[in-house]
Amino acid sequence: MSKTAIHVENLGKQYQIGQQVGNYRTLRETFSEAFSAKKSAVEKKALPPESIWALEDVNFDVEPGSVLGVVGRNGAGKSTLLKILSRVTEPTKGLVEVYGRVGSLLEVGTGFHPELTGRENISLNGAILGMKKTEIEAKFDEIVSFAEVETFIDTPVKRYSSGMYLRLAFAVAAHLEPEILVVDEVLAVGDAEFQRKCLGKMSDVAKEGRTVLFVSHNMSAILRLTQETLVLDKGHLLLRAPTVEAVDYYLSRGLTQEGQRLWQPDEIPAQAAPFKPVAVRLQDAQGHVVEGARCSEPFYLEVEYELRKAITGLRVGVYILTSQGEFVFTSFDTDDPGKFEEYSQRPAGTYKSRVEIPAYLLNGGRYVVGVNASSYRIKTYFHDEQALAFNMDATGAPGTQWPENRLGTVRPELDWQITKSNGEGDS
Amino acid sequence: MVSGKQSVEKRSETHSEPRKIIIRPTGGWAALNLRDLWVYRELIYFMTWRDLKVRYKQTLLGAAWAVLQPFLTMVVFSIFFGSLAGVPSDGVPYPIFSYTALIPWTLFSKALQDASRSLVNNSHMITKVYFPRMILPLASVLAGIVDFLIAFVVLIGMMIFYHVTPTANIWTIPLFLLLALVTATGVSLWLSAMNVLYRDINYVLPFLTQFWMYITPIAYPSSMVPEKWRLLYAVNPMTGVVEGFRWALLGSGQAPGMMTLVSTLVAIFLLVSGMFYFKRMERQFADMV
Ligand SMILES: Nc1ncnc2c1ncn2[C@@H]1O[C@H](COP(=O)(O)OP(=O)(O)OP(=O)(O)O)[C@@H](O)[C@H]1O
Ligand SMILES: [Mg+2]
Repeated sequence: MSKTAIHVENLGKQYQIGQQVGNYRTLRETFSEAFSAKKSAVEKKALPPESIWALEDVNFDVEPGSVLGVVGRNGAGKSTLLKILSRVTEPTKGLVEVYGRVGSLLEVGTGFHPELTGRENISLNGAILGMKKTEIEAKFDEIVSFAEVETFIDTPVKRYSSGMYLRLAFAVAAHLEPEILVVDEVLAVGDAEFQRKCLGKMSDVAKEGRTVLFVSHNMSAILRLTQETLVLDKGHLLLRAPTVEAVDYYLSRGLTQEGQRLWQPDEIPAQAAPFKPVAVRLQDAQGHVVEGARCSEPFYLEVEYELRKAITGLRVGVYILTSQGEFVFTSFDTDDPGKFEEYSQRPAGTYKSRVEIPAYLLNGGRYVVGVNASSYRIKTYFHDEQALAFNMDATGAPGTQWPENRLGTVRPELDWQITKSNGEGDS
Repeated sequence: MVSGKQSVEKRSETHSEPRKIIIRPTGGWAALNLRDLWVYRELIYFMTWRDLKVRYKQTLLGAAWAVLQPFLTMVVFSIFFGSLAGVPSDGVPYPIFSYTALIPWTLFSKALQDASRSLVNNSHMITKVYFPRMILPLASVLAGIVDFLIAFVVLIGMMIFYHVTPTANIWTIPLFLLLALVTATGVSLWLSAMNVLYRDINYVLPFLTQFWMYITPIAYPSSMVPEKWRLLYAVNPMTGVVEGFRWALLGSGQAPGMMTLVSTLVAIFLLVSGMFYFKRMERQFADMV
């Protein structure tokens, strides 16, 4: 057996964008263009067809039996990569070699036909994978019981709930024994129990020597399931590293300087107006920008922003996330009803919202700061879940006389009472 | 990682070397890669079956529709062309004369109608999984065979009713059916691929089908066409099909000859060019539908 399951070389994919509504054209347009070639040449100059490289110069190899995570921000090209690997779309440049059948679960749902029953869709998907009828039948019962759709197996899938639909889709993709399984962002839909089952199944698939590529925004799922992870950004492969390192890199990326994040004009989406984020900073008590904080001392988070116009009901806040992407807490500058009254309308100008994070709150480790500016139920002006990353130093935190890692994200200083009870039959 | 590698080796004892697939940009006129269609033959069968099931389940009249469409057309033709206009029918009762032509014609026109929409209708599959896309229009064409067979049974009933005995050449019917399928597939490949890129094909299609029907000897015999124009007339492969059906079943019309040859060559040309055009456009489908 070869030592490679997937070989990707100089892979690039270009998309045409910014044409008419929808990508397709009409014959009429094509004809009229053809007949007025001169005119269209002029038009083409004036309006060059815009294109973007959804993937560019991507190179990597995957060994059989490994589970590879793929992370990246929205639009990084993750789905595009999986679509090329599963041959749904063709690359514009480069070469991919895939050894074996690829089973794919791209976004929600697969090649199910709504009019067909669950049973028929299983056969259909088997045939799409290029399997023989007997091979599909051998797997049938296992699929149905994994998806827990026994009673609905002869019902058209259009009557399934979205959870059932997803369960069946996943069960089919994972059980039809493709040599390579690619899964894009599907766990977001199922309930917690099913997510757990899916993750378990994916690692079983890998243990059987098959290769899994797993795209997710859920860092804890990535950390649990994969040994290695690719970090994509704007179509480029930034890093391939052991997952812990890659996730940390991904979450802390975008730092212009440690301890401070300044937003460049091109990083601010148009719909943020009239809100314009300037910076978020981690500060010590004296107001100096610092790279990290200590558990035993308070630290400060400052968000600086500009309002081009007055905004009513604005709240500016921060999130703290663990390096696994789990939220620790969220807090807004107008959480206090009195402040909310006072700042019900903020006139145009430059502002700083600063908050003290008390000592003895966070445990040691790496954390990520997110920023949110919104008017409740009206509009989210700006939102960046990965604005800044910093380390908490556990020195001086409760219990540091034992040099061990404390479990948990918070490390509060708590008041314990120890009492000895007398006579209760102690030995 | 280590445990993964070990189980790979275990697995390789029982499984053969996996198929290697190379994915790269296919420039210009791509190779047809018909082997892929063979590998996926079960899927062709399955999709055809699926089209049938969906079709018969969703339409109220189901299988009856397969007969009603050519039958009612035959009734209208018989009244207006046969009786009122007195169009000749090569000495065969006009209803049989026109119905014999309408059966392969309905197969053809229905195939165009279904196949041209097949890619757009299955966009949910095209954007999610790989399979040779050609299977979709192909299955739409093949599903029409069942309608054809049902309509054919009615023809046998009519022949008994009108005391028309089929000729000894009836065994050639499958060959003419094949010619009809080749033509339908060729045109369907063109139309279905164009429909993804240019959505106004939907508006063009009814006109195209109607026009095509007039240039096919359905309501009238091809003997009405002057001798010197006959070969040009046969450039429409459906002419060869209809003439073949009439010759094999009713003993009327033109015996297979130069006209059939011209029709066959054009049909093959449509199929091959359709395949190449489809292949060329195929790589844009997933990004466009
Ligand atoms: N069919 C298409 N036509 C034009 N552009 C496209 C098409 N599909 C994707 N793109 C563009 O390609 C880029 C990468 O998209 P892709 O779906 O791969 O991102 P992603 O990493 O999966 O993002 P997300 O996390 O939001 O799922 C985006 O800028 C997107 O707008
Ligand atoms: Mg995506």
